[in-house]
Amino acid sequence: MNARGYSVNHPSVQERIEKKRQAALTGGGQLRIAAQHKRGKLTARERLELLLDPDSFVEYDMFVEHRCSDFGMEADHNKYPGDSVVTGQGRINGRLVYVFSQDFTVFGGSLSGAHAQKICKIMDQAMMVGAPVIGLNDSGGARIQEGVESLAGYADIFLRNVMSSGVVPQISLIMGPCAGGAVYSPALTDFTFMVKDTSYLFITGPDVVKSVTNEDVSQEELGGAKTHTTVSGVAHRAFENDVDALLNLRDFFNFLPLSNKDPAPVTECHDPRDRLVPGLDTVVPFESTKAYDMLDIVHGIVDEREFFEIMPNYAKNIVVGFARMNGRTVGIVGNQPKVASGCLDINSSVKGARFVRFCDAFNIPIITFVDVPGFLPGTAQEYGGIIRHGAKLLYAFAEATVPKITVITRKAYGGAYDVMSSKHLRGDVNYAWPSAEVAVMGAKGAVQIIFRGKENQAEAEAEYVEKFANPFPAAVRGFVDDIIQPSTTRKRICRDLEVLASKKQTNPWKKHANIPL
Amino acid sequence: MAAYRSAAGFQRVLHAVKHVCFSKQRCGVIICRYSTVYDPTEKTFDKILIANRGEIACRVIKTCKKMGIKTVAVHSDVDSSAVHVKMADEAVCVGPAPTNKSYLNMDAIMNAIKQTGAQAVHPGYGFLSENKQFAKRLAAEGVSFIGPDTHAIQAMGDKIESKLIAKAAKVNTIPGFDGVVKDAEEAVKIAGEIGYPVMIKASAGGGGKGMRIAWNDEETREGFRFSSQEAASSFGDDRLLIEKFIDNPRHIEIQVLADKHGNALWLNERECSIQRRNQKVVEEAPSTFLDPDTRRAMGEQAVSLAKAVKYSSAGTVEFLVDSKKNFYFLEMNTRLQVEHPITECITGLDLVQQMIRIAMGYKLQHKQSDIPINGWAIESRVYAEDPYKSFGLPSIGRLSQYQEPLDLRNVRVDSGIEEGSDISIYYDPMISKLVTYGKTREEALKKMEEALDNYVIRGVTHNIPLLREIIVHPRFVSGDISTKFLPEVYPDGFKGHMLTAGERRELLATAAALYVAAQLRSQKFLGDLRVSVVPAESRQWELCVELDKGVHMLGVSRSGNNYTVEIDGEKVEVSGEWNLASALLPLTINGKHRTLQCLLRTAAGEITLQYLGTSFKLRVLSKLAASLSKHMPEKVPEDTSSILRSPMPGSVVAVSVKPGDNVAEGQEICVIEAMKMQNSMTAAKAAKVKSVHCKAGDTVGEGDLLVELE
Repeated sequence: MNARGYSVNHPSVQERIEKKRQAALTGGGQLRIAAQHKRGKLTARERLELLLDPDSFVEYDMFVEHRCSDFGMEADHNKYPGDSVVTGQGRINGRLVYVFSQDFTVFGGSLSGAHAQKICKIMDQAMMVGAPVIGLNDSGGARIQEGVESLAGYADIFLRNVMSSGVVPQISLIMGPCAGGAVYSPALTDFTFMVKDTSYLFITGPDVVKSVTNEDVSQEELGGAKTHTTVSGVAHRAFENDVDALLNLRDFFNFLPLSNKDPAPVTECHDPRDRLVPGLDTVVPFESTKAYDMLDIVHGIVDEREFFEIMPNYAKNIVVGFARMNGRTVGIVGNQPKVASGCLDINSSVKGARFVRFCDAFNIPIITFVDVPGFLPGTAQEYGGIIRHGAKLLYAFAEATVPKITVITRKAYGGAYDVMSSKHLRGDVNYAWPSAEVAVMGAKGAVQIIFRGKENQAEAEAEYVEKFANPFPAAVRGFVDDIIQPSTTRKRICRDLEVLASKKQTNPWKKHANIPL
Repeated sequence: MAAYRSAAGFQRVLHAVKHVCFSKQRCGVIICRYSTVYDPTEKTFDKILIANRGEIACRVIKTCKKMGIKTVAVHSDVDSSAVHVKMADEAVCVGPAPTNKSYLNMDAIMNAIKQTGAQAVHPGYGFLSENKQFAKRLAAEGVSFIGPDTHAIQAMGDKIESKLIAKAAKVNTIPGFDGVVKDAEEAVKIAGEIGYPVMIKASAGGGGKGMRIAWNDEETREGFRFSSQEAASSFGDDRLLIEKFIDNPRHIEIQVLADKHGNALWLNERECSIQRRNQKVVEEAPSTFLDPDTRRAMGEQAVSLAKAVKYSSAGTVEFLVDSKKNFYFLEMNTRLQVEHPITECITGLDLVQQMIRIAMGYKLQHKQSDIPINGWAIESRVYAEDPYKSFGLPSIGRLSQYQEPLDLRNVRVDSGIEEGSDISIYYDPMISKLVTYGKTREEALKKMEEALDNYVIRGVTHNIPLLREIIVHPRFVSGDISTKFLPEVYPDGFKGHMLTAGERRELLATAAALYVAAQLRSQKFLGDLRVSVVPAESRQWELCVELDKGVHMLGVSRSGNNYTVEIDGEKVEVSGEWNLASALLPLTINGKHRTLQCLLRTAAGEITLQYLGTSFKLRVLSKLAASLSKHMPEKVPEDTSSILRSPMPGSVVAVSVKPGDNVAEGQEICVIEAMKMQNSMTAAKAAKVKSVHCKAGDTVGEGDLLVELE
């Protein structure tokens, strides 16, 4: 008996706890769960079970209920313990992560004030302890019955997304609809992944689009996984289905440090650090106009050919993603000669810049493979603001203080040479392969300018090639540290990363920098 | 086999000749240590140009090095960093990738000879090896051609003339052969006179290329059209030959060696019956089928033919042998054969060295009685091709990982590629010739199994699944083979290895062990204090493994490198020294030694294993993930009956339809040529053509859309 005169062991309280727990565990009820399964989707709890290590999930706020009393929402049958989101923390391969998983079976996963509050609680704690946040999004949008309280909830989450940015990694996995204001939370997180055929992201749905602009467009075309991973660049990768997505997310999580105060993770590695890669000696074709696949180089160099590519189908002229070198996570950036000659344009600059900044924020060394003929010319690019957007990549490489290793595999022409993690932007180790050509431009263009109107252009071109189409001009000035045999690249990078692990470099104090957005 | 063992004559020399053994060499090519000596005092050429590419160029360079001869490689621009170029002392680029602009470009090759001062040319096989113009031009410049003289090339290069000569030399010839063919109707008339079935091929062509068999008038017309086109594109000579087709024959050939002084030897036979589309796949020496008398008879006829044309150098006389051991002369190849290594293995001779000596004018070093059959040798032709499509359609790609099974004893690999090499559409898709040797056939075959299992080829589709199946097939093992072996054994096409229940368990257990090892490793973070430790060692794993639509529940426990996997009440023990980065998985499964390869392992549990040569796709999931997977939507695969895609990379030779045409099922839609082979693409159903996405002359990749039907 306590002071208030009733026992906590009173059967009716125990029963109520049990009942509430059971209710929380079944969410919107068996019918809605069956409907969710029929759509090819898992429930919020099934998703967490699959994402987290067995028995590691610690749930918060299972008893939280919405507080809306309008439109009959106050009725008991409209109250669901936990409301429309499951939150808590757990482990992925033993490492701490905070999670929320929106429950589509409860009011279509709509965001109430209580729902937002639950998410904010785990985000706040994640920041304090320094652990990533993974959000599994499956929500119809705002809880309309709650009006501004729902909108306030979104803003509370947005603010935390922004405050956590660069402090702990934030990942969004879109597993159902995500529309209206709700889309800005994934947009603010570091990575947005989608599930093919069952997830959508858009500001306004097809019906509104039709009434405003008279465009006929399906949900899938407007905001499906294909659109966002190939056209808009909003999502970083798409997976086949819920199970595939969650298993891949577990794999992806292993690349990330827990917070900006933790080092990049190092896992056990079986791939010999000093492995020679003979195939690299012949990967770059003799003719400098011929394309090759930068992924052949990346796969050859990294541990076990394992490369988690980010945005593989968007701005394919640049390749970015995570891999490991001797077990240590690294960020890979590479121009892709196979697509648009590997030139830098608006989309590839922005794609590269955001990736470089993520790596820099979270202590992940950056390895850059350069084969870039320059920035893409043309009115489309100039009118689109290539100057502004190209500057982002330049900015990102320049401000980055993590270990930066650069390998010039072939062309490094013009301003694009400067941009691609050059020595001048504080590259720690810059290598050139024997096939490297560091110059202001290709021979033909250069000769037309230097020897304008003169005869013997062919002779002049040959002279230019002899002088500049090789790694020496950069090497004699110390702009590259060494000219290396391609097959030894892995061995050298592994060694350099070990040396650079203790690198300390700081930028001048500032409130924040002003990247050209 | 028994017949061969009783051959006392051979037994004697068996002891007289040193065992063939093997040594590891740089550049990924192994050559037998031949019983013949490389006499450094014997005068020879200073410098030889090799007018070829790939493995055969490397093969020739090897012997030149042993003989102290400098070598010159020629190459096309795409081959500028090829292995043969790196191995040679000098290299000259002779033109762009297409063979008629580079390796067949006589002017450029003649220039290369002048430029480098080479005294002799080894032509390898294919390309200019049986081109009499080339031999003539060399002679005019005073450069030695390492091969027979032009007279022999001409006489034997012409299928009709060669048979007349053979007849005159008392060599058994195929009944009813006759005629140069002008048009399809004449072809039909000739075929009628001979009686079906008949075989149609290019007069100037060697090997099986361009050879088609017709059983009726319609097929004769079709065969005429294809063969004449192929003849024109490959040889610039569209003459054809039609002759009686011998049903169910073996293809057995005799290696001969003749000098310029009228001496000639036969170096025993090679059994080359395992063929697909008349191209050899697996060869062996000796043949299980020949008794000493037949062997001697064939050898003596081969030698008499060689003598009849004053043949010098190495050559091969091909015979068809019927089930009653009647043998018929087919043709003589006036060059070094692809499959020459097996003869080298059993005789101990270095054929390239012999060719060079003969070209220098030396007499043969050996007498017929010096030629042994020492042990048994098998050759598998490892091709970059998809064996599941017509026993092999060419594939291309970059060899992202490549490792030859050279640490095994008695294995020889003749190759001209290395890790990072490109297999392109321009040249023959052969990756290598894998040769194993043993004292007995059984030993050589066992070694071949092991070598194929230990061969790492990634980045291109290859035919190891087929090779691995052939060499263990009961009919092959018992020697019951003919040139129809493949279509008879696999009437519905090759489908890969069929697993027994025990093998299936081994495969499932291996996948489970790999999965568990990967899971455990993904929990190992070095020096990270924030990771909570999962007591992994004590864990039991309950897994669900899918294989060919079959689903199995497995229980796995692990201690160190030993995994105990329980499948349907049966225990499978998997152990071995391996890790997740190793290309090869040398395992002990229930006490048996097995080498598997893990070709793919994804985060979503997909594991592809190469097991007994065939690659199997498995999916390993935790019990939980498997139970949740049942809710996942089925993805509807594309309806392919109305879509025609290119089955391989190549170029479009002809398109026979246009949008709006009605096509019948099986009607030809277009013709794709790849690696000098024409493939007719046909409609999978009767329909109207909706759209055509290619035109003659286009280059297409594997899977490219060609034509859409309604």
